[in-house]
Amino acid sequence: MAVLPILTYPDPLLQRPAVAVANFDAELRAFVDDLIETMRAGPGGVGIAAPQVGRLQRIVVVDVRAKLGDDCHGLMVLVNPDLIAWEGVAVGREGCMSVPDFTGNVIRAEQIRVQAQDIHGEDRVYECAGFEARAVQHEMDHLDGLLFLDRLVSRKTDLFRRKVYKR
Amino acid sequence: MSQALLTVIGEDRPGIVAAVTQALYTAGCSIGDASMMRLGGYFAIMQVLSYPQDLGAVEMALDAAVKRLNLRVHLDPLSSVAADGGAAPDTRVTVFGADRPGIVASVTAALASIGFNIVDLESERSGSPEHPIYIMVIQGRAPAGIAAVQEVLAPLRERESIDIGVHPLETVVL
Ligand SMILES: [Zn+2]
Repeated sequence: MAVLPILTYPDPLLQRPAVAVANFDAELRAFVDDLIETMRAGPGGVGIAAPQVGRLQRIVVVDVRAKLGDDCHGLMVLVNPDLIAWEGVAVGREGCMSVPDFTGNVIRAEQIRVQAQDIHGEDRVYECAGFEARAVQHEMDHLDGLLFLDRLVSRKTDLFRRKVYKR
Repeated sequence: MSQALLTVIGEDRPGIVAAVTQALYTAGCSIGDASMMRLGGYFAIMQVLSYPQDLGAVEMALDAAVKRLNLRVHLDPLSSVAADGGAAPDTRVTVFGADRPGIVASVTAALASIGFNIVDLESERSGSPEHPIYIMVIQGRAPAGIAAVQEVLAPLRERESIDIGVHPLETVVL
């Protein structure tokens, strides 16, 4: 087990799409253990994606128990995750271990359903809401080379959007 | 490099930001935090800039744009202590109601009484001309906690007949 170094923007690896995992072997399990340890050592400690440590594979780890207690799925290892349904939107302030010292408002779906494989390659479906859903979406963006900076909205934009639409 | 706070105000038209920032770039300045917006037919720029020589040189560099676009410019030197960004806001207060004098004054006075530090405030008049409504969003830090904010603002709901929401501003680092 080891804490891996986290890449920070503008490292080009953070903006490259990751490829699907094909081999569910011991090497993958060892890497995911390191990824979990790296997540827990970080300032947020609730989520991480493989590209953040320079491995361009579609692997995400989320564990929001530190924030929500037992009112969540606990430790989720999502391999090759796919967003299959979503509902509602909410604005929240996000930061990212790969973008130190900056936070901004981002719109995310409030409820999501995600299909993914677990560490052994078995298919799983998770339903997440609120904070947990936000964390999963943020980390899944990393798999497509997207940072929350790509999704920033201004306070004015979300507050007054309806009025602008009417014109 | 020294730092200064630059304020620019002019009648709104396309090209103000481009002209000002181009002049600053040419003068060797770099732009830090900035807030720029249209307000009542005017355009206002407030930004922190770092400049290489003296402020007089910055003013001279801006002169052509100032004359062409009829801008008003103000430069305040910043001490390195004041240039600190400060901590992120932890509380958001939303206020809306029929527009009437004194809403902002009474809300902000209540907040000041518990040491609430406003990081930013945005407001807008909206609705129809006969029934204007006022919408305000305040973000800041509440050293006495969010319950104290709720408590101090609660009496204003009735007295001013406005809707007030107090929301924790959680920042998630992912
Ligand atoms: Zn991130």
